Amino acid sequence: MLGLAADRLRADMNRLLSFLFHQGILDEQFLQLQQLQDETSPNFVSEVVNIYFHESEKLLRNLRSLLMDREFSDYNKMGIHLNQFMGSSSSIGAKRIRNVCLAFRAASDQNNRAGYIHAAFAPPFFSASTFVLECIRGART
Amino acid sequence: MRVERIINDTNDEFPIGIRVLAVDDDPTCLLLLESLLRRCKYNVTTTNQAITALKLLRQNKFDLVISDVHMPDMDGFKLLELVGLEMDLPVIMLSANGDTNVVMKGITHGACDYLLKPVRIEELNNIWQHVVRRKRFERKDRYNSDSQDKLRANSGEAVGMGSIGNNGKLKKKRKDQDEDEERDENGHHNNEDPSIRKKPRVAWSAELHGKFVAAVNQLGMKNATPKKILELMKVEKLTTQNVGSHLQAFIRTFSAYSYDDPKVITKLTKFRLYLKRISCAANQQVNIAAAVRMRSPNGLGNFHTLAGSNQLHNAAFRSFPPRGVLGRLNTHAALLIRGLPSPGTIRSGHGQNSVNSGNDQCKLQSFVSGIHNANILHGLPMSLELDQVQTNKGVSHIGELPIADSTTVFPVSSSLIEATVTGFSGNPLLGVTSNSLMLEASSQQAGNSRDIDPAIGFRNGNTLSDFAPLAPASNRKSNADLQREPIPINWNAGELITSAPQEWNSPYQSNVTPCSMNSSIPVSGTMVQFGLCLDQNNSTDSDSIGPLSFIDNSAMEQSIIDKEGYLMLEPWGQGSHIPYNIGLLEDLWEFQ
Repeated sequence: MLGLAADRLRADMNRLLSFLFHQGILDEQFLQLQQLQDETSPNFVSEVVNIYFHESEKLLRNLRSLLMDREFSDYNKMGIHLNQFMGSSSSIGAKRIRNVCLAFRAASDQNNRAGYIHAAFAPPFFSASTFVLECIRGART
Repeated sequence: MRVERIINDTNDEFPIGIRVLAVDDDPTCLLLLESLLRRCKYNVTTTNQAITALKLLRQNKFDLVISDVHMPDMDGFKLLELVGLEMDLPVIMLSANGDTNVVMKGITHGACDYLLKPVRIEELNNIWQHVVRRKRFERKDRYNSDSQDKLRANSGEAVGMGSIGNNGKLKKKRKDQDEDEERDENGHHNNEDPSIRKKPRVAWSAELHGKFVAAVNQLGMKNATPKKILELMKVEKLTTQNVGSHLQAFIRTFSAYSYDDPKVITKLTKFRLYLKRISCAANQQVNIAAAVRMRSPNGLGNFHTLAGSNQLHNAAFRSFPPRGVLGRLNTHAALLIRGLPSPGTIRSGHGQNSVNSGNDQCKLQSFVSGIHNANILHGLPMSLELDQVQTNKGVSHIGELPIADSTTVFPVSSSLIEATVTGFSGNPLLGVTSNSLMLEASSQQAGNSRDIDPAIGFRNGNTLSDFAPLAPASNRKSNADLQREPIPINWNAGELITSAPQEWNSPYQSNVTPCSMNSSIPVSGTMVQFGLCLDQNNSTDSDSIGPLSFIDNSAMEQSIIDKEGYLMLEPWGQGSHIPYNIGLLEDLWEFQ
């Protein structure tokens, strides 16, 4: 019985994963992550992804507070947070998030504060990131 | 080959088990990196703080460091420099940011590679190459420089080494000491695997250098012989050879500075290490042939004909006797390469580039070249020297003889280098010449490491036309190429040379950077300059300019010291080096 359930669970997970891959939310880096999981580190993927979620939530919170500030001008700080977020996202294989980060960074490079970042990017950025995070969270083994 | 055998003896399963230190403040990436490295069967230690990393590096032996660029407690570049300074380990930078300027910064700060996140296991599988490369060059360099040191020590710090006749003696001694090299004559204990390093480098830490400087201050420049300095320093396991070579670098860099200035000390250390690195790398290749070719019947002044001759390409590929002498010479070469975008040139008002860009390029050049470039430089000075031999009359300097067995080279070369350096502003041809050499070197090198046909093709007899117009050309190029690509830089150098003679029609496009042109100019000056502005993001013009003039001297002085045992200390008392250089340059031009 248990075996059946486990199999079904695994099948569901695989389906979800392929969905994520198909949607461009994950990329092959996630596969590398899975390959690193073996007998010596049986929970590797879930460990890494958990850490990633933990860190990303912190980063997103920081970014949100930075951006929500009306007198926001410290692009440098934002850039650092963004960079780290992008780095860890791409290491995980979160392609969609990484792309969003890239776009975000491109916009902020232009230092175009006036409504550009806020209106155009901040909400979608956060919602996209959150969405993706939830997807991955659901997909972790 | 001995080096390979030794490396193989160390670890039969190399690169399995190389000790890697991974530093990244992002725990996700750190964990991932650790797993990947373990998968590559390396011996991994991780930390998320740069300060901890430094502590670990000091306590334990590592082969390689991988570090993130953006870290909260210390900038990755700073860590990179410190590691290079103190431990001289290969450092790989890691970042999600792949902008060219950031990558450039990493390379100029001395990173031997720059990886982008997400880091792939295929890339990590190859990082052991950096370890081998570094070890190999260091061994060779140490071998050479130790031979040099022994020679110098043996000559008893005598001043009378200037004559050409001594050259034969030097050679002979070097050969005799080949066997000695294996013995740990330095008195250093090899607490690491003896098969890896016969003679551990002396890391001139700030503290050690402080002692050194104090000793030198106490003795005064005239009396600052390695032996006396060593006595004053009272540091165990330090030999006169170590002190001697450090003294050379010191003199080279600080002839115009007060050597109590801690900023200067830092610069010196960095500079010194770059020299070491360069000389290591430069020991490999030698485009002496190019150098030989550079020699024109009319001497130095006649670059046009010089360039035009097909000798250029012939020379480029002659094998260079990898001897100890080269070790010193390499610094010249290194300077040359490093100085690709010679700030001096820019400053000279030839209106080629902004100083800033020159500085950036300088930084870029110096680091990018890395091991590869060193070879180029290596060849370059030699050619200059060879030329000098014929025409130079007034030069009392004894340049490094790239070719140990060429006694004729002795007297002049350094002057040539000097002239090149100082005279750059006025003598684009000189610069071009260097470029040609560089080209040769780079093309050769490029040819070795990758098939750079255009570079090789260039070699076929191009006259060195006026250099100046070349500089403004091709600015944008190959920025992307610069990423982790030391070779392209050489390319550029080569291309510049090529274009110079060919009315600026570079036969091959990519990787042409104006930098290369600059590099030719101040052989030694560039280097120093580079070293000075190296880690200072706000290096000013004065910074660059300052060293430039006396760099030449130092470069020359170094060789002189090598040969004559501190003969070069004399000029210190004389004061300004600049007129000295200029005078030499004038002498050179007189020979046209």
